[in-house]
Amino acid sequence: MKFSKKILALGLAACMTVPFITGCGNKNTDSDTIVIGGIGPITGGAAVYGIAVKNGAQLAVNEINEAGGVNGIKLVLDFQDDEHDAEKAVNAYNTLKDKNMKALVGTVTSAPCIAVGAETAKDNIFQITPSGSAIDCVTSGDNAFRVCFTDPGQGVTAADFIADKKLAKKVGVIYDSSDVYSSGILEGFVAEAKAKGIEIVATEAFTADSKTDFSVQIQKVIDSGAELLFLPIYYQEAALILQQGKSLGLNMPVFGGDGLDGLIEQLGTDVAIADGVMVMTPFAASNPEEKSAKFTAAYKELTGGETPNQFAADAYDAVYAIKAAMEKAGVTDANISASDLCDKLKVAMTEITLDGVTGSTTWTADGEPTKAPKVMKIVVNGNEGTYAAL
Amino acid sequence: MSFIQYLVSGLSLGAIYALIALGYTMVYGIAKMLNFAHGDIIMVGGFTAFTAISSAWCPVWLSVIISIVVCTVLGVVIEKIAYKPLRNAPPLAVLITAIGVSYFLQNAALLIFGSDSKNFPSVVKNAPPFMLVYENSGVKFFTSPVDTADKLLLTISMETFVSIVVSLVIMAALTFFINKTKAGKAMLAVSEDKGAAQLMGINVNATISLTFAIGSSLAAVAGVLMCSSYPLLNPYTGSMPGIKAFVAAVFGGIGSIPGAMIGGILLGVIEQISKAYISSQLSDAIVFMVLIIVLIFKPTGILGKKINEKV
Repeated sequence: MKFSKKILALGLAACMTVPFITGCGNKNTDSDTIVIGGIGPITGGAAVYGIAVKNGAQLAVNEINEAGGVNGIKLVLDFQDDEHDAEKAVNAYNTLKDKNMKALVGTVTSAPCIAVGAETAKDNIFQITPSGSAIDCVTSGDNAFRVCFTDPGQGVTAADFIADKKLAKKVGVIYDSSDVYSSGILEGFVAEAKAKGIEIVATEAFTADSKTDFSVQIQKVIDSGAELLFLPIYYQEAALILQQGKSLGLNMPVFGGDGLDGLIEQLGTDVAIADGVMVMTPFAASNPEEKSAKFTAAYKELTGGETPNQFAADAYDAVYAIKAAMEKAGVTDANISASDLCDKLKVAMTEITLDGVTGSTTWTADGEPTKAPKVMKIVVNGNEGTYAAL
Repeated sequence: MSFIQYLVSGLSLGAIYALIALGYTMVYGIAKMLNFAHGDIIMVGGFTAFTAISSAWCPVWLSVIISIVVCTVLGVVIEKIAYKPLRNAPPLAVLITAIGVSYFLQNAALLIFGSDSKNFPSVVKNAPPFMLVYENSGVKFFTSPVDTADKLLLTISMETFVSIVVSLVIMAALTFFINKTKAGKAMLAVSEDKGAAQLMGINVNATISLTFAIGSSLAAVAGVLMCSSYPLLNPYTGSMPGIKAFVAAVFGGIGSIPGAMIGGILLGVIEQISKAYISSQLSDAIVFMVLIIVLIFKPTGILGKKINEKV
């Protein structure tokens, strides 16, 4: 046992030295390119998000380079895997630093993002997370920004939208109390709904351990006299709720957050029951708007036919935000140090307006995006579901 | 009327727990092992039926049969490869092996079908609900709901009806099989005393294989019914209901067939009623609290046999 521990320690020590050795060899001395780092899970359970971010960012980098770069500077994307693990994310960050990274697109998931955020704040390296939605992802320094809404922020915009469009006065909610995403949205929603005079007449929960039968929760929402059902959850459970709701006679409008993107594909031939469901998502691949359609086509070409999700769109916008900020700050020297670049970018970020695929966005000095929520309605025609702007 | 609706959904959920619990309890009663891979056999049953139904040529009844056959064979093969060599090993080794088999099945399904959830087509798709109760026009059987001002008070879907009826039929058939047939009596004998049964000329290995075959075919039926009622199918579909059903089996008295049935149905009803009247967040906590209380006063479960400890 002791022997194997020694070997393990030796092996780990060897692993730690490897990045330094390769790091020295890889130092980028090319004078007209800048390395943009990327960190996210491209293996493991959350891989679907990381791969989407990687592809979305790569697509933006390719487009920018083809159009002549940023003020003549070409971008290189170096994407590292963190397997949705905070420790591995910090290791990946150190690897990227050794590879002379000048700005970071990442990380993709919240917990690693918080860990890496502490490091980038210390090193003063510019960081923009496409999809880290926990509050603390951008609080460790003024160098960190994000493209997506925070979870509570999404709840607030949902309540505002429902109030502004006068969709309902009484709302029923079914949420996943074991999931931070779901309970985060609910928290923001409850606070804002109160301020806007929306009454929440039923708040029903489920957990990761009991998410097959929703008939009781649905029945309670129906009995509560709610005029609208708010579902701050993911599309798999939403599909079950709609299916069970249909047989229980649930016939109120349904409103959900970006987690519902994917509902049409999930329901397949049963899509008719999702007719009229409102989804608040910054991006949907089937959105007919020109910008989304162009991005979707280019993404499909890059990946060999995959449909982009919201994460890909967020990453695409993150890279374009860096480009816009670099142009605003007038960065023309590719040999600028990462810290100097960060000082310029964090000022420029608050001055730009990015007309991206996830909407027209400006940023506050806190790193939070300001953009109008896009709410789309699922329209079913025969057995085909599509999104229509609302 | 809401109370009856909650009760019906509890019965529907409970019937499925009961079907799964039957498989746990039979295997435990005869082979004295906890087959933690049982939940994943349900998932395999679901995927087999899904694949069969998705192919255009296969009628629904045939896909259910294919699913039962595949699961039965799988159950026997797992027993032969993974559990039989450990017949005389300590129980802990067998338990760990069962967990290993469970992970193997999950990951094999991940590899073949991917991690995204499939929308399972119900086996009684397009069938009208079994029963509808309207405020004014009263009770209607086998009719589709219509858009009227008449308030719908109670719905019993065809899936719910089929789940409950199938569970009851299977339990009755199983009780008959165990008590009245030769093979069933052999099972009882093996469960009482393996050594003595062997001396009486009972083929213990064949009996254990038969138990796994029956348990796994029940898992296939449970898989199809569960996915019809709750049409979300992914490689982890079976694991949580599997654990709940295991709890149901312990609740009712593990090793006892009527016990598994009662345990399953009680578990489903308690879960739904506590969701409805206490808190939808606390329902699992309440279910397990009831289990703990029952086990404090009756350590072998509701219908469990009293074990006399020899000192």
